Amino acid sequence: MSAIKETVQDHGQHHHKDLAHHFDTLEQQHDANTLGMWAFLLTEVLFFGGLFAAYTIYRYKYSAMFEEASNHLDITLGATNTVILILSSLTMALAVRCSQTGNSLWTGRWLLITIAFGLMFLGVKYVEWKHDYHIHLMPGKDWSGKDWWHWQYAKKAKDMEKEAHSKGSAEHSFPDRKDVLADNDPSLGVRGIQESQQARLFFLLYFCMTSLHALHMLVGFVLIGIIAYFAYQGAYSPDYYSPVENIGLYWHFVDIVWIFLFPLLYLLGAHMGH
Amino acid sequence: MATVGLESKTFEKFADVVGHEDDSNYLSHDHSVLSWLFTLDHKRIALLYLVTITLMFLLGGVLAGAIRLELLTPKGDFLTADTYNKAFTAHGIIMLFFFLIPSIPAVLGNFLVPLMIGAKDVAFPRLNLFSYYLYFAGSVIALTALLLGGVDTGWTFYTPFSSTYSNSYVIVMAVGLFVVGFSSILTGLNFIITVHRMRCPGLTWFRLPLFIWGIYATSVVQLLGTPVIAVTLGLLGVERTLGVGIFDPRLGGDPILFQHLFWFYSHPAVYIMILPSLGVTSEVIATFSRKNVFGYHIIAFSSIAIAVFGFIVWAHHMFTTGISPYAAMVFSLLTFSVAIPSGIKVFSWLATMYGGSISFGTPMIYAFGFLGLFTIGGMTGLFLSTLGTDIHLHDTYFIVAHFHYIMVGGAIMGYMAAIHYWWPKMTGRLYSEFWGKLSAGITFIGFNFTFFPQFILGYLGMPRRYYEYPDEFQVLNVFSTAGATILAVGYLMPLVYMPYSFFFGEKANSNPYGGSTLEWTNTTSPPSPHNFEKTPVVTEEPYHYHGKEAAVVSH
Repeated sequence: MSAIKETVQDHGQHHHKDLAHHFDTLEQQHDANTLGMWAFLLTEVLFFGGLFAAYTIYRYKYSAMFEEASNHLDITLGATNTVILILSSLTMALAVRCSQTGNSLWTGRWLLITIAFGLMFLGVKYVEWKHDYHIHLMPGKDWSGKDWWHWQYAKKAKDMEKEAHSKGSAEHSFPDRKDVLADNDPSLGVRGIQESQQARLFFLLYFCMTSLHALHMLVGFVLIGIIAYFAYQGAYSPDYYSPVENIGLYWHFVDIVWIFLFPLLYLLGAHMGH
Repeated sequence: MATVGLESKTFEKFADVVGHEDDSNYLSHDHSVLSWLFTLDHKRIALLYLVTITLMFLLGGVLAGAIRLELLTPKGDFLTADTYNKAFTAHGIIMLFFFLIPSIPAVLGNFLVPLMIGAKDVAFPRLNLFSYYLYFAGSVIALTALLLGGVDTGWTFYTPFSSTYSNSYVIVMAVGLFVVGFSSILTGLNFIITVHRMRCPGLTWFRLPLFIWGIYATSVVQLLGTPVIAVTLGLLGVERTLGVGIFDPRLGGDPILFQHLFWFYSHPAVYIMILPSLGVTSEVIATFSRKNVFGYHIIAFSSIAIAVFGFIVWAHHMFTTGISPYAAMVFSLLTFSVAIPSGIKVFSWLATMYGGSISFGTPMIYAFGFLGLFTIGGMTGLFLSTLGTDIHLHDTYFIVAHFHYIMVGGAIMGYMAAIHYWWPKMTGRLYSEFWGKLSAGITFIGFNFTFFPQFILGYLGMPRRYYEYPDEFQVLNVFSTAGATILAVGYLMPLVYMPYSFFFGEKANSNPYGGSTLEWTNTTSPPSPHNFEKTPVVTEEPYHYHGKEAAVVSH
């Protein structure tokens, strides 16, 4: 008992308007908030980590079809989006900097510009997804092993034609083209079905990962919007800017996820000459 | 009742703290319902959890009763095969996700973490309340799944049965677990930051009570493990909805991947359940032996070691399901290593008691029960981490007995010890020691009666998850069912005398058991809404009984 001395400092001391009652100093509050966001991002890493683990396993098991399937994604749009997202990280960093220097107006503006870049990203993503949907790459009931097989067939035929052409031979033979092939049709062959399933797995992971990423962006828009509102109200000052810093950390995390997704999903098959 | 001899000077100073009127504590300062439902006070949130998880425990217990009743006879006569599947699935899910995982962290962790580290609240009080409502929402969704017709996959949701073939409400249940998982993550996050950033002056890491070390290690596991099960359940939902193969081999998926992802969380989850109980035991044994904890540092590090080992042993659940023999050997070896920190703890507790002035209060009786049952549970775990014996014992009642010894004998005994130990602090009242000790004794006897026969049943080859069994297993099953009724009595008794004491019990002083940590020495019973009158300053280790005359005179 004697080990515990009471001190004169109690919670009645001068309180800053932004200091919550259970913290002693603004510095303690800032440290707790920031560490809290880092811990949350650690959880997020593990959350995406499950998907990345699944991706790694299947890419190893089905590497050939994953490369094939990857070629169906549009590298130009993916690269554009990468640039857009990196720019949004820049504007977010500027917003954090402005909040630290007490420039409320530009804190709010940079945050809104960040949202604008985010919306551009999702706009491009929408175009991509819509295209994927139209060419039946969406896994699920709409997925067509038949389409996949035909696509493979057409590609192979084209390659053979090209090869024959380069050899200067006018004669070349195509494999028989079957006009009607139902999904899981025995005539598709065991291999055809397996390849269709493996490619479908790639697109499933593609849609899961990119839509989980997009979901995080949507949550980010709401949070950034709220913080931008408070920034315009002048809520942040060099004494108290941890909400802006934390939303910045979150946004940079969302960016970094994409930095991993882009090469894993889009560039995987690029060396195959597409 | 308990009288604590104190140096008079200290006592006078202390009297300022305890001399509150009754209407100024956290329970009584505001009686409105809304003040409870929207409270940001960690102590009130702890009580919200206490009430909710107790209801879930009762529901899980009723389901356990149904299972044991069915197994009373060899024929399936009480439940149909299908209902039996749903009963044991619901029992497992409710007990694990809605009772054991939140039990000590959410109730006692919430109540005690700020008190033990001299803080006014957890780092994020609003997030704390949000976690509770996530838990509540997850519970409602899970109960909805049960009311719609239940789930028949077992709590492990093994694919492809759960993703393709089961005709039960797998997705609803998965959504419930997803939601409750985030409650667990956010609670863990809150405690980690609280321990890092909210400690009072002088409270260094090695002056933290061992309960805090246990909760800290638990929180790390919650933070790192739970998101993996969340995304796994998400993928399970996707496979089930779209019919696309992620885990179903017929569709090009890999069922072993599901098991890896599932156990990557669900094995560490076992340590989410047991680590807090290990922390509780350290506190209770020190207080009731009037001795400094033997090997404080090594106990603290062994909690961290268990949390770390917990993440690298998951595949021992899969020795028989098709992993490579080399992987199995490595995981077997790593699994054995868990025994080292566990053994260190048990021997340190024994050394703590050695030469101490042991008093047999109710929490100590529960802690004794914990010691015996946890040791048996841990030792039988070594049978299962041995590759050869695991082939024989896998999916038999031996496994069922083993993990009940850890989770019921270990985790729940620890939880009961904790509830009894801190009850006077939480409520300001003393429960009946007579009924307390009786319930601890009955629980211990009933538990062994229920689960020890199951070791033998498993060794003899009775498989788990079947609602019928050959006639020669009946005697042991009757033992087990009879034991379960005794166990039920042991668990029901506190549900009577604890609430009774809340209203009619003798008033407790601020430190009825003579504990030496901050929640006992520097707060009233029950504490004031802001915990401490003045921010404490710590100058010593948490356990400092040597050379002190403080002793519990009587109960």
